[in-house]
Amino acid sequence: MMRGTPVLHIQNLHKRFLTEDGPLPVLRGVSLGLEAGETLALTGESGSGKSTLLHLIGGLDYPDEGEITIDGAEIGALDDKGRAALRRDVVGLVFQQFNLIPSLTAGQNLSFQARLAGRHDPDWDQTLADRLGLTDTLGRYPEQLSGGQQQRVAIGRTLAARPRLILADEPTGNLDEDTGDAVLDLLLELAAETQTAVLMVTHSRRLAARLARQVHLSHGQLATPSEESAAE
Amino acid sequence: MTWAAISAILAHWRRHPGQCATLVLGLALATALWSGVQAINAEARASYDQAAQVLGQDQLARLSRADGAPVPLDTYIALRRAGYLVSPVIEAEIRTPGARLRILGIDPLTAPPEAQAPALTGGEVAFTDLLGTPGRLFVAPETAQRPLPPDLPPLILAANLAPGTAVTDIGTAARLSGQEDPSYLLVATRQPAGLPALAPDTFRLTLTEPQSGNDLARLTDSFHLNLTAFGLLAFAVGLFIVHAAIGLAFEQRRSSFRTLRALGLPLRRLVVLLGAELTLFALVSGLIGIALGYAIAAALLPDVAGTLRGLYGAEIAGQLSFRPAWALTGLAIAGLGTALAAAQALWRVSRLPLLAPAQPRAWAMATRQSLVTQFGAAGALALIGVLLALFGSGLIVGFTILAALLLAAALALPGVLIALVSALSRFATTPLREWLLADTRQQIPGLSLALMALLLALSANIGVSTMVGSFRTTFTGWLDQRLASELYVTARSPEEAQDIRAAIQDEVQAVLPIIAVETELLGLPGRLYGIADHATYRDHWPLLDATETIWDDIAAGQAVLVNEQLARREGLGIGDMFPLSPDWALPITGIYSDYGNPEGQAIIGLALFGERFPNEPQLRFAIRVPPADAPALAERLRGDFNLPPGNVINQDEIKRFSLRVFEQTFLVTGALNILTLGVASFALLTSLLTLAGMRLPQLAPVWALGQTRASLARAELWRTALLAALTFLLAIPTGLALAWVLLAIVNVEAFGWRLPMQVFPGDWLRLGLYALLAALLAAAWPAWRLSRAAPSDLLKVFAHER
Repeated sequence: MMRGTPVLHIQNLHKRFLTEDGPLPVLRGVSLGLEAGETLALTGESGSGKSTLLHLIGGLDYPDEGEITIDGAEIGALDDKGRAALRRDVVGLVFQQFNLIPSLTAGQNLSFQARLAGRHDPDWDQTLADRLGLTDTLGRYPEQLSGGQQQRVAIGRTLAARPRLILADEPTGNLDEDTGDAVLDLLLELAAETQTAVLMVTHSRRLAARLARQVHLSHGQLATPSEESAAE
Repeated sequence: MTWAAISAILAHWRRHPGQCATLVLGLALATALWSGVQAINAEARASYDQAAQVLGQDQLARLSRADGAPVPLDTYIALRRAGYLVSPVIEAEIRTPGARLRILGIDPLTAPPEAQAPALTGGEVAFTDLLGTPGRLFVAPETAQRPLPPDLPPLILAANLAPGTAVTDIGTAARLSGQEDPSYLLVATRQPAGLPALAPDTFRLTLTEPQSGNDLARLTDSFHLNLTAFGLLAFAVGLFIVHAAIGLAFEQRRSSFRTLRALGLPLRRLVVLLGAELTLFALVSGLIGIALGYAIAAALLPDVAGTLRGLYGAEIAGQLSFRPAWALTGLAIAGLGTALAAAQALWRVSRLPLLAPAQPRAWAMATRQSLVTQFGAAGALALIGVLLALFGSGLIVGFTILAALLLAAALALPGVLIALVSALSRFATTPLREWLLADTRQQIPGLSLALMALLLALSANIGVSTMVGSFRTTFTGWLDQRLASELYVTARSPEEAQDIRAAIQDEVQAVLPIIAVETELLGLPGRLYGIADHATYRDHWPLLDATETIWDDIAAGQAVLVNEQLARREGLGIGDMFPLSPDWALPITGIYSDYGNPEGQAIIGLALFGERFPNEPQLRFAIRVPPADAPALAERLRGDFNLPPGNVINQDEIKRFSLRVFEQTFLVTGALNILTLGVASFALLTSLLTLAGMRLPQLAPVWALGQTRASLARAELWRTALLAALTFLLAIPTGLALAWVLLAIVNVEAFGWRLPMQVFPGDWLRLGLYALLAALLAAAWPAWRLSRAAPSDLLKVFAHER
């Protein structure tokens, strides 16, 4: 896919949660776009709605208003099956807690999503395993791996399926700084090679600065860092 | 502080009412099945005691003939003339198809006070009515409501009489039974001073001391032990539910316990509070369980009564009474069950480190080490079972083998299932199936208790149904052999018997006398039969072992046949000399099967029987006619000789009656089987429900990777079906081993006869389908909830990362 091809387009997205005190608006008119191979960091305070936005883009939750178009498909029009297919075929999710499947080995986890999507390429798996430094750990179960190894398996699992868009939710949040940096380097490197767009949620401005673009979510609305500074 | 802690501990149940209900219901079910069975046993024992108390059997000695024949009236008169205080009793049974009554005829004028002749003297009944014709019968209210033989004297209700028994004046008893001489004599406790001690030998009588227990209780012990074992099995299965519920509740409150400790609540007080909470649960569940148990016992008691009547001739009351001691025992067993089920969880709390992280422990994770230990224990138990089977004896040993076998199978189950699922995963071709099998393997430890419960229930079902099926097939075949004749006739007098025989002599193929005496066979009550030499016996008699010349030897009066139970009890074999009286013994020429008869039985040739017992009236005989002619002949005999319907019985009727008794015998077992399977299904449901909440972290990532909730729900159903199917497959060999132990060990010890084991794959298939259905029903709700789970619930798995 050529750089410049739009992968994600979000228009005027709203989301409210019902609480005992009444509806609580979490996202208030968020609009955003992302092109193939582009990387974007989404920062914000706790409770600002970062993860909610990520879940809506991944088709894991439903917005109250607005449109999300991924790879040309408006996901608001998709039913449960369509959304499952979207997550399987188009989007790759990386979580803070890795969320590997504990009953499968590292190797099985690595190829799991690609096999679900029907795009399993053993050579590509092997390349990823080599690049991620997992060759010797493929036969082990998640509980037998360190945090850094587990996150590398999670990234490998996402990349093995060759998604158009990677949604990473604090992918280094559970790792120490050095390991976190190394894992992020790999993610960005491989994403660049495969022209995969990356949208990463993080608390860390230091990590956010390593991505091509940064946007800040505050009280449910987006602001670029420059706008934020101007407001201050 | 304590109140604050109590409120924090109890708050859990407010938030998890379903879990609270599961715990209470599980414990209540376990208590109900156990105490229900105990209520039945208590009722039966009370009836036996009541039977033993009739006529002071438990307080008065008796004089009777060693051969079981009635005591001659002259002997009684001689004893009374000598000054001894003895009183005559006629004991007889009146039978008609579908009805029977035990008659006890006493002499109200000479009966010792301990005999407690109920209201026979005085009261509302005129003495002349009692002693005159037709006389009166005193029966328990319950007996009066049963089908009774026809043409009885008027009934008078009397409480405290044993069910199925009628007490009357000896004259009335003699008229009803056709027996003139007393069956035995009651001996008053205090004899007149100056008389020499009673010397029974002088009158060729035997003195039997008062019985502390009674024969019936001893005879039925094995049946009640059987029921108790079933009750215990159901209780154990119920405890699996309780264990799972308590384990989960403690696991979910682990962080609260730690916080309470960190906030200053002493460990001991925490444990005491949790103990008090469990005691409250035990109390509430125990009370519900007792109420349910009473209902179960009341529902099953009529069948149990039928069983005991069919198997042992024992009469027990068909109505249940409430006994406070039983209720207290029920509460105690609920407390014990709670303690057993909660011991592990409480122990863990008492060892809870204060500073450990409060993350949920991997409840479903069983280490390889614990599986190996479990396997080792299973092997040791299996070995104990085999050694006991080889070298042990006795009913208790039989049940110990059963317990060892079931426990070994249950302990080995998780390991075997993991091995089987691992083997299956080699054939998985799609990533989803691969995940499903790998995940199933990992879920087995968490589900193992419920699956063990299912295995126990299924094995018991297969074992017991194999035993009953083998019994039914063998019994039916045996009935065909034993009841080869087409008609069975009972005349009312020897003269009438002669007339009937003369009348039918020319139109039937054979008339075979049936003649027997009650006697003692090697010291225990039994029956000695005389049989004619005829092809009916030569071709059909159900022989287990015999010499080649058996029928010639019997016809010549040179040998004896004994039934299996007598041979087993006394260790007799072909060729052994069998003493029929102190001065008379014959070699054993054959051993035959005699199912359902608790007593010893022996058969000699008719001619020899006539020589030995010349006064025995020949009233009964079997008639061989072409089967098609039997109904018409029966009708004609009833008409021509004015015989009551019960005195001319068609072979078909006896078979039908026998099979009905047989089916009733196993009704209770069948009911308990179904109840146990129901409890096991409930255990599976509770385990799946409790696991469902803990499984979201495993399922959410698969959902996030592109599976729909519906496909995950289907996978959950498949997983449960697979585990149930594999458990069922393992239950087949376990159940067959169980059946073998029941047939080859327990049955032989309990009844004295052994049945050939037969297998019924059709029954297994049906049970397998039930098991699958039960498992799918149990899994349906959690699966449905998963398919309808709100995305926000699944997202919590990822949100919890913050």
